[in-house]
Amino acid sequence: MKKTYNIEVDCANCANKMEDVAKNTAGVKNASVNFMMLKMEVEFEDGADVKKVMKEVLKGCRKVEPDCEIEF
Amino acid sequence: MNRKQKKMLTRILCALALMIGLAFLPVEGWLRFVLYMIPYFVVGYDILRKAVIGIYNKQVFDENFLMAIATVGAIAIAVTGEGDYTEAVAVMLFYQIGELFQSYAVGKSRKNITELMDIRPDYANIERDGDIVQVDPDEVAIGSVIIVRPGEKVPIDGMVIEGESTLDTSALTGESVPRDIAAGAEVTSGCINLTGVLEIQTTKEFGESTVSKILDLVGRASSRKSKSEDFISKFAKVYTPIVCYSALALAVLPPLVSMLVLGLDANWMNWIYRALTFLVISCPCALVISIPLSFFAGIGGASKEGVLIKGSNYLEALSQVDTIVFDKTGTLTQGVFEVNEVHHSNLDREQLLYYVAHAESASSHPISQSLQRAYGKSLDLSKVSDIQEISGHGILAKVDGKHVAVGNHKLMATQQISFKECHYVGTVIHVAIDGEYAGHIVISDVVKKDSEQAIKQLKKNGVKKTVMLTGDAKEVAKQVAEKLHLDEVYSELLPQDKVEQVEALLEGRNAKEKLAFVGDGINDAPVLSRADIGIAMGAMGSDAAIEAADIVLMDDNPLRIVRAIKISRKCMKIVYQNIFFSIGIKVICLILGALGIANMWLAIFADVGVMVLAVLNAIRVLFTKKDFERTKR
Repeated sequence: MKKTYNIEVDCANCANKMEDVAKNTAGVKNASVNFMMLKMEVEFEDGADVKKVMKEVLKGCRKVEPDCEIEF
Repeated sequence: MNRKQKKMLTRILCALALMIGLAFLPVEGWLRFVLYMIPYFVVGYDILRKAVIGIYNKQVFDENFLMAIATVGAIAIAVTGEGDYTEAVAVMLFYQIGELFQSYAVGKSRKNITELMDIRPDYANIERDGDIVQVDPDEVAIGSVIIVRPGEKVPIDGMVIEGESTLDTSALTGESVPRDIAAGAEVTSGCINLTGVLEIQTTKEFGESTVSKILDLVGRASSRKSKSEDFISKFAKVYTPIVCYSALALAVLPPLVSMLVLGLDANWMNWIYRALTFLVISCPCALVISIPLSFFAGIGGASKEGVLIKGSNYLEALSQVDTIVFDKTGTLTQGVFEVNEVHHSNLDREQLLYYVAHAESASSHPISQSLQRAYGKSLDLSKVSDIQEISGHGILAKVDGKHVAVGNHKLMATQQISFKECHYVGTVIHVAIDGEYAGHIVISDVVKKDSEQAIKQLKKNGVKKTVMLTGDAKEVAKQVAEKLHLDEVYSELLPQDKVEQVEALLEGRNAKEKLAFVGDGINDAPVLSRADIGIAMGAMGSDAAIEAADIVLMDDNPLRIVRAIKISRKCMKIVYQNIFFSIGIKVICLILGALGIANMWLAIFADVGVMVLAVLNAIRVLFTKKDFERTKR
């Protein structure tokens, strides 16, 4: 299952870091951050609890970029 | 500017004013230190905060941490030395100015490019109790009647039921000549109504309409990253740590060597200062920002001209195309066949076309369409049954209870019907009724007026080989190929043969030479996905083509391919310029910094300046329009 979220981040490098974090979060099959559109596309593993996974993703992203935001 | 940026600007201005004021204030010692710390914290407190959070989260190599270390280090040197805090504060100040510019420039170009692609209609007009009201296009059901006034965008795909007007389709196709439409015409959402009021019956929901599909496609495009982008993000990952460790080495090794080996003064402060200069240069921002920005601008600019590119990777691949394989019908030719002759038929023309048109009634193939058109009367679908379409051969169907076979000579052969060859050049459709040969119809297709020009332009723009594939007869294919000066032509191919042919062409090529296949999206989805780059033409409305292709041309003008290639080349040129320029300047500054020639001022200017230039260069991708008018003429 794929979902797209709006994100808020200021620098392109941070966006890349967020993508790495999202990719390595449990329950996420693949993720891609589009810095220009400020979108994060997340492909979840089957049966993953989307809300819970996204909470983890945000937590991880906050570690690499304290000011970032993901709308979910 | 948004709120965040305005706040940043205020902070920068305050710090700047404070710095100027302090320059005239003759204070010494601790008071001086405290006073200078005010602008430092005003402008850099968020960096320091993030640096601390970063250390706590074990994110040591982020730019906040680096800037914090560099400036705190510079302050420490100033405290122990003669107390010149200007440098440390200025570095922080300029870093923030750079960040602000970056954020502003990216935000601005994001907005510009999105606006460029913004064909989203805000509302739809519907009539309710005699009044015309504006509603959200999402709420309009299929089959509703919407009213589009002059100057408004057509919000949803549909058919005109009343009114006459001209439509500006340039937002969709890049084609600047307006299109005349009247009742009965199909209209695509995203076009702008120019002259008259139109009543349109919607045939799709908003979410399924062309506009939504295009927006969705373009919006997702830059998520598919190109090799250049991958390279840069990998580079950024190793660059920062390498520079940091080098800085550490620079701070420690030379003093130790000069102290222990050479027996000289260690000169710690000097080397630590050089190391801190290194840290200022270590931020990879300029690179990381300019590459996706270039691609985004490239994709945006292309979509403005009716070329939808599904990802940065395809834009990159397109710039390396050296072989283009064309489908014939509908791509190089108009795909509109005209019935020229009816031969050897024992039935009269009318009667033969009656059987043929009914047998072909379920097919969307251009030939079927033209046969139905040639019949010219409305079809009675209740008279047709058991339709069986045999790809690459033709159609078998029951019309008025008779077995009708319509197709090429291969179909006749498989049906074991003896047929008469035709000596005309053109596409020959044989007809058999109840197993008896009933003559053949000769139809011919017209080459598009821009095809020849397009092939010529492609050659001029570095495409080495042009190939045409067609299911059509050899003579017809040869005639078209000669007219257009194509290098190779393969005829009488079934759809699966086309895939094999493309595979054969793909074999033994090196990775830097890409093969593009151009088709009209009908029957060639497998080939579109097999080629390095699949280009679908005239895809307004054809879902399968939009799905299978990597690049979609909004109209069927082959010159758009030339245009797309030019945009991709320009985009890639700018991408490489930015990569070499940014890395080059950084490396030079690192060397100058290590030698003690570049101080921190130069380092921060190099960092911010390179970023500014790279961003401005990236935006240059958008400016290619004039050149097109020239090629068009």
